[in-house]
Amino acid sequence: MEVRSDRMAAMSPMVSLRPPVSPSRLVPSPRTIESPVQAKISVRDLDFFYGHRQALFHVGLTVRSHSVTAFIGPSGCGKSTLLRCLNRMNDLVEGARAVGRVELDGVDIYEAAIDVTDLRKRVGMVFQKSNPFPKSIYDNVAYGPRLHGTKDKRSLDELVQHSLQGAGLWDEVKDRLQHSAVGLSGGQQQRLCIARALAVQPEVILMDEPCSALDPIATGKIEELIYRLKETYTVVIVTHNMQQAARVSDQCGFFLMGELVEFGDTKTIFTTPRDKRTEDYITGRFG
Amino acid sequence: MGKPSTRMRNVWRGGELFVWMTASGVAISLLMVAGMLVLIMINGLGQFWPRALQQVTLNTQETVIGQLVGEETIPHSMTTGAQSGQRRFRYRVGNRDQFGAEYRWINEAEIASMTFPDDLTLVERREWGLAFGRISLAGEGVAAAHADESTWQTVVKLVDRANQLRQRIEHLEREEIGSINYRIEKARLARQALVLKGGLDPAIADADRRLVDDIAALERDYLSKSEALEQLHKEASQDALLFTISTGRSVRLSLDQIVAVSRPNAMNWLEKLGAYVRNLWFFVSSEPREANTEGGIFPAIFGTVLMVFLMTLAVMPFGVMAAVYLREYAKQGPLVRLVRIAVNNLAGVPSIVFGVFGLAFFVYALGGSIDQILFPEALPNPTFGTGGILWASLTLALLTVPVVIVATEEGLSAVPRDFREGSVGLGATKFETIRHVILPCALPGILTGLILAMARAAGEVAPLMLTGVVKLAPALPLDEYLPFLHLERKFMHLGFHIYDVGFQSPNVEAAKPMVYMTTLILILVVVLLNLAAVMLRNRLRKRFATSAV
Repeated sequence: MEVRSDRMAAMSPMVSLRPPVSPSRLVPSPRTIESPVQAKISVRDLDFFYGHRQALFHVGLTVRSHSVTAFIGPSGCGKSTLLRCLNRMNDLVEGARAVGRVELDGVDIYEAAIDVTDLRKRVGMVFQKSNPFPKSIYDNVAYGPRLHGTKDKRSLDELVQHSLQGAGLWDEVKDRLQHSAVGLSGGQQQRLCIARALAVQPEVILMDEPCSALDPIATGKIEELIYRLKETYTVVIVTHNMQQAARVSDQCGFFLMGELVEFGDTKTIFTTPRDKRTEDYITGRFG
Repeated sequence: MGKPSTRMRNVWRGGELFVWMTASGVAISLLMVAGMLVLIMINGLGQFWPRALQQVTLNTQETVIGQLVGEETIPHSMTTGAQSGQRRFRYRVGNRDQFGAEYRWINEAEIASMTFPDDLTLVERREWGLAFGRISLAGEGVAAAHADESTWQTVVKLVDRANQLRQRIEHLEREEIGSINYRIEKARLARQALVLKGGLDPAIADADRRLVDDIAALERDYLSKSEALEQLHKEASQDALLFTISTGRSVRLSLDQIVAVSRPNAMNWLEKLGAYVRNLWFFVSSEPREANTEGGIFPAIFGTVLMVFLMTLAVMPFGVMAAVYLREYAKQGPLVRLVRIAVNNLAGVPSIVFGVFGLAFFVYALGGSIDQILFPEALPNPTFGTGGILWASLTLALLTVPVVIVATEEGLSAVPRDFREGSVGLGATKFETIRHVILPCALPGILTGLILAMARAAGEVAPLMLTGVVKLAPALPLDEYLPFLHLERKFMHLGFHIYDVGFQSPNVEAAKPMVYMTTLILILVVVLLNLAAVMLRNRLRKRFATSAV
């Protein structure tokens, strides 16, 4: 288990001016804490296959701690696949195989010794289609904590309230926590899913096109939420919507046909892209 | 030339015809089901209505008393030229002990007159079925020259008293003497077990002696009870009716043989309605008499329902677990496909084959071994090594397990992938995901399987005949003796009852309404069981509705 995250971070094209984040939320690796640039996730030379079809080619990037990283690109370019590699959701797909390293706090998550459920607890996920369970609002949020052993009613109540507040949903649902989650509107459902992910107290939150099924107002709310979330969490978001990427993200990666074409500060990518293909995509010449 | 054909084409293309065709498909199915139900109901429910008694005088001055049950034009093969086109009537004349036959055809031409006298009486007997005639004398030594209204009052009172006496006799036989017999049998088996334990251990000899004393005491008890029983029997049989049947002959009817007397011609319709409801209640709540052709069908209803419940308890866990493995855990490939095909085909195996398997495996192999190990003292009498409600239920569970597996698999595969990912994404293991998210969402599908399984099991007869159904069970599988539920007992079943009464009874014609009625009850039982499951499913559906947006 070698830790090379700092070297990786130094090699990455962007330089963070952020001060190191509060160490309380970080994993107890002393070398990461010493480092001026907090690399939360490092992807190194990752190839990914669905059966015989290769979906990712030599992808390498670093996700900074307490930032929002966006993956953009046309449909089928592999951005969702990469996202799902970060918490090994692709394990559920039969015949899927990853070659390369994905490090979370310097530890390769594809190692045999890794407990996948623990990994997914640390790296939460919000899906494209809101998928609240057909249970009450309360039970939806309490689902994760209950699985991970929180039994006490008081602390569960607190956790549910805290998570719902964190997702900006508390004021809308506090009087009907025992109602079915299915009765919420689309935007509320998506925020409930975010609250559900927050309730297990993750370090990283992955969002797979969280706003693609929502109207502009609901989208706006979620974007605000993402902006707030990065104070506490590291957020990685996949989006079709380039304005959204420009609005919410600090770093941005552009994917094309399974390749990471360009990765860097969002401002740089949107103003002075280095690659011609990125420029074409961003200016709307294709995609 | 072109115009009509285009119009025809447009009619065809518009789908109007197709709508009619599909609708008529539904209509025909509904008509067939409704027609069957109406037929069963008319034939079954009609029998409890008190029918009028006719007194028919023939040209030969012969008198016939009976209920008109049918009429037809005399078939050609049976007529001489002069009779052609004439009708004949079918009468139920009862008095099987006197006439030998229950029914009689009478040609219309032979009839001189028909009347409905009020004093014609119908007597329902414990043996030999119905008797029709007039009461001429009632009670012990009651010297009434003519039957009048006061005689009828006496008769009604006497019959009531006889019925009360019979209830006491039954109580004595069944409860008190039954429990003594039960305890004697227990003590006998305990002694037998001591013998099997063997040895000359003084403790064992001591225990044996105590058991012998117990048995002696119980037998003394039994003797005193049976004396009391004898007394009651005597009391019950001392009263009698003198009954004149249509031939003018007098018959002595002992009162302990009489179940009920009635004079249907003297009843108004309200009394008839009361009698109807009483008869119906009697039918569903009492035990059969006369080789099942009379009395009620309560043990059969009870046996059917209990068997379906036991089957459900057995089939649900296995079916659901098998389906969860096939759908969630097994690697989908040719082997799983093969298993699935095999399971589906299992549903098509003739049920009698399951019966034979149940007999060989459950009854002989499993039951036989249980007897060897747990009940050696009762051998050579089998305890579990013979057909019983447990083995019948397990055999039916085997028969219905494919239905449950298929329905559960469908339910599982209908759970959206999003739920699985959502749960797994929160750090749930596969097991937790299945337990907390997938199974609850699949519950409606699982219950659909349950409904299909219950409907199939309740109507199945063939395998039961080999694994535990009898035409007359001495006791219900549920009673007040420990352990209350006697899974080894044989039981009665509505489906088998239909077969037995309809085709195996000595008096098939008289039993026909019973067959229809039993069929109706069986359908009702199945419908009620299904309705309960459907209501449960709908409640769950509402609770686990997957989308309201």
